Parts: sequence; structure tokens; C-alpha cells
Amino acid sequence: MNQLFSQLPQEVPLSWYLLLSAALFSLGVVGFLIKRNLITVFMSIELMLNAVNLSFVTFAHQWHAVKGQIFVFFVMMVAAAEAAVGLAIIIAVFRARVTLAVDRIDLMKL
Amino acid sequence: MNLHLWLIPLLPFAGFLINGILGNRLPKALVTTVALLAPLAAFAVVLNAAQGFFGIGPALSSLPYMEICPQAWINAGALHIDFSFVLDQLSLVMLLVVTGVGFLIHVYSVGYMGDDEGYARYFSFLNLFLFFMSVLVLAGNALLMFVGWEGVGLASYLLIGFYFQKKSAADAGKKAFIVNRIGDFGFLIGIFLLVANFGTLSFSEIATKLGQDPGWNGGVVTVIALSLLLGATGKSAQLPLYIWLPDAMEGPTPVSALIHAATMVTAGVYMIARTHVLFDHSPFALGVVAIVGAATALFAATIALVQNDIKRVLAYSTISQLGYMFLGCGLAAYSAAIFHLMTHAFFKALLFLAAGSVIHAIGGEQDLRKMGGLRKKLPVTFALTTVGVFAIAGLPPFAGFFSKDAILYAAFAQGGGGRVLWFVGIVTALLTSFYMFRLWYLTFMGESRSHDAHPHESPWSILGPLVTLALLSIGGGWIGIERFGAFLAPSVGARAVEATGWQFDRTISLEHFLGLVAVLVALEGWLIADTFYRRKPARPAQWAAAMPAGYKLLANKYFVDEFYGATVVKPLLSISKYFLEWVVDIGILGGLAWLLGGIATLAGTILQRWQSGNIRSYAAWLAAGAAAVLLFVVIQWPALLTATLGIHLNGLGR
Repeated sequence: MNQLFSQLPQEVPLSWYLLLSAALFSLGVVGFLIKRNLITVFMSIELMLNAVNLSFVTFAHQWHAVKGQIFVFFVMMVAAAEAAVGLAIIIAVFRARVTLAVDRIDLMKL
Repeated sequence: MNLHLWLIPLLPFAGFLINGILGNRLPKALVTTVALLAPLAAFAVVLNAAQGFFGIGPALSSLPYMEICPQAWINAGALHIDFSFVLDQLSLVMLLVVTGVGFLIHVYSVGYMGDDEGYARYFSFLNLFLFFMSVLVLAGNALLMFVGWEGVGLASYLLIGFYFQKKSAADAGKKAFIVNRIGDFGFLIGIFLLVANFGTLSFSEIATKLGQDPGWNGGVVTVIALSLLLGATGKSAQLPLYIWLPDAMEGPTPVSALIHAATMVTAGVYMIARTHVLFDHSPFALGVVAIVGAATALFAATIALVQNDIKRVLAYSTISQLGYMFLGCGLAAYSAAIFHLMTHAFFKALLFLAAGSVIHAIGGEQDLRKMGGLRKKLPVTFALTTVGVFAIAGLPPFAGFFSKDAILYAAFAQGGGGRVLWFVGIVTALLTSFYMFRLWYLTFMGESRSHDAHPHESPWSILGPLVTLALLSIGGGWIGIERFGAFLAPSVGARAVEATGWQFDRTISLEHFLGLVAVLVALEGWLIADTFYRRKPARPAQWAAAMPAGYKLLANKYFVDEFYGATVVKPLLSISKYFLEWVVDIGILGGLAWLLGGIATLAGTILQRWQSGNIRSYAAWLAAGAAAVLLFVVIQWPALLTATLGIHLNGLGR
């Protein structure tokens, strides 16, 4: 067991974080594109935001710069506001249409 | 003594603002008070300034008196233009005429326009005119003069079209404005050439520069002078741009008297006198001025012979008299021209206002054929008109004789071509005397041909200014050209005639002889008119029948309006309609607009398919776009191109 650990790098390398972030982001994109339920779509957006947050934090750590961390707070704040507004919209849509299927909510079409 | 020259234009301007903005709400008495006080106060300021010139009051701090606004008007590179007012002998004479006669005509208008609905509007325009006219006269540089020049054109336009409900009046206003544009174009070209060649527009600086360098002769100075002359022919109704003035008689009669006889139309003469240094350096331009003046004088006088509208006869006589002034300017006898300008302002304003009194008395009738026999009904107007007629006909001791004689003498004394000009002037004097006495006989003598059996004499608010003008028309000439010329000499040059190399030997006997000829010619004109319109009243019709072609030519004013209509107006209208409107506006510009609109619409119909309304499809496009951008950034394009197509992008690769 100790041997196994000794083969591992001393620190988690940068690329791992970035790969994780990219994977999470791609999951968010795919979820956003293929899911029909509006709530799931909304969760996918949150996933993308947090994937980006992760890369922000990673770079902040890598470059010893605090800017990235500050930015994360901004993103979280905006995400919170977005969640409040977005959930309210979802509830309003559900009350009006009695459905949350994205395909059926297409009033923007000409 | 320090003056406040800026008061002279700004007092009428204040009157314009008050009556123009509040006039309709103020009581009529207050409107009248404001309208009369403004020119009266301006006249008082001018009189106060005049004291310094005649040595009565305290002396002026400088002569000519300059007043320059400390703030520069235009600073562009080397060009520097100020708001500057100059009061010298020339502008003083002009200002006395403008504000003095202007005030009298304001007083007259109170009676004449009393019943008009647009009473306040009328007086605000009249005050506006005085504002711009005094700016024009006081201007110390050509650009400021141009501002006044355009401004009086505007006031003239507004007042000609005062009865704008009447189509002919509105059209006449437009005609005056448009024809004046042609002249203004010449003035502007002159200003540009002055800037280009002298680098300044100040009259005094131009004179200094011309004086320093004797090389300024002919060439560019001639071109500048001729451009300015074009401007002057527009404003002063000379050939070939006189056509607007007869139509300008559509305006109220006091306007015809003030703007279209006494002051504004003399602006061209004033401008030539003001820029006389330029003309003095170009004998050719002077010759053109003289010929234009003499030709106009004769031309307009022949038309006036057969006109039947009392105001049109006076309009053509104004053009003719302005021709005399131009003739004087062209002979470099500027003081004689300004002298005639002054006396003409008196007697022509008198004649117009008396004509207005006649028209007022017989209910708006202007046709000479429907007047007659008015001397008993309107004795005061008759006496006043008689003074005016005698003055313009050139009978001593009335004012017109002295000033006209001065110009004719200058022409004769020049010798050579001047003798021809003198002869033209004398013939014009004969015609002038004839048509003025014709007007006199047709209006006042014989039996009444009017339908209105009870004409009434005008009130004293109308007759009062007339009496004043009549006194000036009698005595205005007694100053004499010698004293007047000596007074004006610092402004326009005493020996301008010699400066251009023309001999000007003043022989007293010759002058008396020429004066005698002029008087005999005037009497002859009276005699002919007496024969035609008193003793043998059938003769005019006989003559007209004997020479149908000639009569038709004169009665139709040489068909000049028709000629301009066919050669200038109609082609312009055709070009505007068929080319500019149909081809350029509707075809090119409209087509371009339609094309752009069509492209946008087409693109819209195609691209709107994208807008499915399905949020996920939008998101898919977004993701695809982001992926494409990423791909574009990540791929090593130069390497890829080299590898796949064998293209080398030297220096462009990362």
C-alpha cells in the first residue's frame, strides 16, 4: 500500500484538476442539451458553473493569485441569484403550462 | 468721446424681439410705442455720434471711429475676423438715411397699417430690417457686412410676402430671395478671393495692403471687384438681376418705400463705395460698373414709360435711379453716387408714401387708368407728390437736380466713353421726366375715372412723415456736391477720379451749361407728358397703335421674365423634376433603399428558420460554435496547411 502511494506524485498535478473540470463542464453541456426536464436542465447549468469555479480555484492555487478565488465568489453569488430567479420562473412556467418539458415550452418561435 | 455703436443695431433688434414674441398679446398702443421708440432711439444715437463729425459736440476719440468686440469672432490659422463696427463719414450718411427715413416710415406705417391683423408682426419685421441694415452699414469687415446683407434679404423676403395668403405676394417674396441668392453667390466668391489674396476681410486692412503695394492692379483685383459687382447687382436690382424688384411691390407700400426704394436696394451702391479701393485699382471693373449702371438706367426708364400700376412705375424708376448711382460709382465719383443715394432716399420714399396715401384714399386701387382728378380731393397728397415728381425729374431747386447733375457732370468730364454715358444719362433723364409727369397727370389731373366717388384725404399720421420728406426733397440737394464731396472725402477719397488717371477739370461754365441742358431736358419731358396726357389725350393710344411691336415690347417689359423663365427657370424645373426627382431621388436613392430593405427581408426569411424557439437547439448551436472557436485556436494552422496542402505561410505562423 505504501509502495502504491509512493509512486503517486507528491501533489495532485494541475492537469488532473483541469481534466475533472472539463469533464464536469462537458457533463453539464450534454445534460443541458439532452435533458427534457427543465429542472434537470437548470441543474446542468449549475454544474457548468461549478466546473468553471473549479478551474478558477485551480489556477488561483497554481499561480498563487487571489484573483481567481475572488472570482469564484462572484460566480457563486451570481449563481445564487440565478437560482432564485430561475426557480421562480420555473414555478411560474409550471403553473401556466402544467408541464416542465423543454420541448413544449417553445413560445419564442415565430 | 466714446460712442456706443452697438446700440444702433441692437435697439431695433430689441423692438423686433418684443413685438415678435409678445406682440400679439400686448395692447396695440404698446406695440406702437415699442415699434416707434426703437428706430427713434437708434436715430438719436446716430445724431449724437454725428455731432463729432460736424464739430458741434465733443470730438470723437478717433476718426474713423472703430468699435471692436474684444472677443474674436473667427480665428482660423492666419485668418482673424472680429465683430467690428466702423463709423466714418460714409457710414454716418448711410445711417442717418436709414434710421431717419426709417423712423419716418415707421410713423407712416402706424396710420397705414393700423387696421391690419398682422400689425405687430409687421412692425417686428420692420425693426428686424433696421437691425440688419445698420449691421450692414456699420460692418468693419466684409463678412459682417455679408451677415447684414443676408439679413436685410431675409427681412425683405418676409415683408414682400407679408400678405402671404395671397399667392402672388408669396411668389414675389420667393422670387426676390432666389434672385438675390445669385448675387450673394458673387459676393461670397468675392469674400473668398479677398481671404485668399489679402488674408483679411477688414476694409481698412485691405485698403492698407492695396496702398502699400502698387503691383495690385487689374488681374485678381478685377475679378474680386466684378464678383462684388455681381452681388451689388442682385441687391440693388441692376441688370441682369433687377427682375425681383418690380414684383417686390406686392409688399405693403411703406415697405416698398423703405426697403425697396430708400435703403436696402442702395446697399449695393454702399458696398461698392465701401470697397472702392478695390474698384479704384481696376479701371476695367469700374468701366463695367458704369456701363451696367447706364444700361440699367435707360432700360428701366423705357419700361416705366408704359406701366399702368402706380407702384410699378415707381419700382422701375427706382431701378433706373439706382442705375444712375452705379454710373456714378463706375466713374469713381463715389461721393456723387452717395449724394444721389441720399436725395433719392428722400424723394423716392416721398413718392412711394404719397402713392400709398393715394392708394389708401381710393380703396386699394393701384391702376393709373382708374385714378384721375384727385388733385381736388387729395390736395395735400397732390402737393407732396408734386414735390417728389419735380425732385426726381431733376428740376431745380429740388434735391434730385443737384445729385443727378453731379453724376452727369462726372460722366461728361471724363471725356471719351464718358460722353456716351452722359448722353445715355441725359436720355434717361428725359424719359424719367416724362414717365413721372405721366404718373402725375394720370393720377391727379383730368377727370376722375374711379368707381369710388368719395376719396378721402389721409390722416396726419400719414401726411406728417410725408411733409418732412418733402422738405428734405426740396432742401436735401442744397448741401451741394462740393461740400458733400469734401465731407465724404476721408471715406471714399476726394481725388479718386484723378487717381485712376482720368482728367476731371472742373470748369464752372461747363458745369452750368450741363446743368442747363439737364433742366431743359426735364422740361421737355414735362412738355411731352403734358401733350400726351392733358392736351391730346388720344395720342398715347394712337402712338401705341402706330408702333404695336414697340409698345408690346415695352408693356411686356422686354419679355425678360419670359426669357429667364424659358432659359433658366424652366430648364431648372425640368432638371429638378425629371433628373433630380425621378432619376436621382426615386431611381437611385429610392432604389438603393429598396434594395437594402429587400436584402434584409430576404436574409430574415432565410435566417428565421434558425429561430425554432427550442432552447436546446439554441444551446446546441452555442456549444457547436464554442467548440469551433476552440478548435480554431487550438489547431496549429500553418503546420496543418503545410502538412496537408504543402503551403508555407512564412512569418504568419505562431
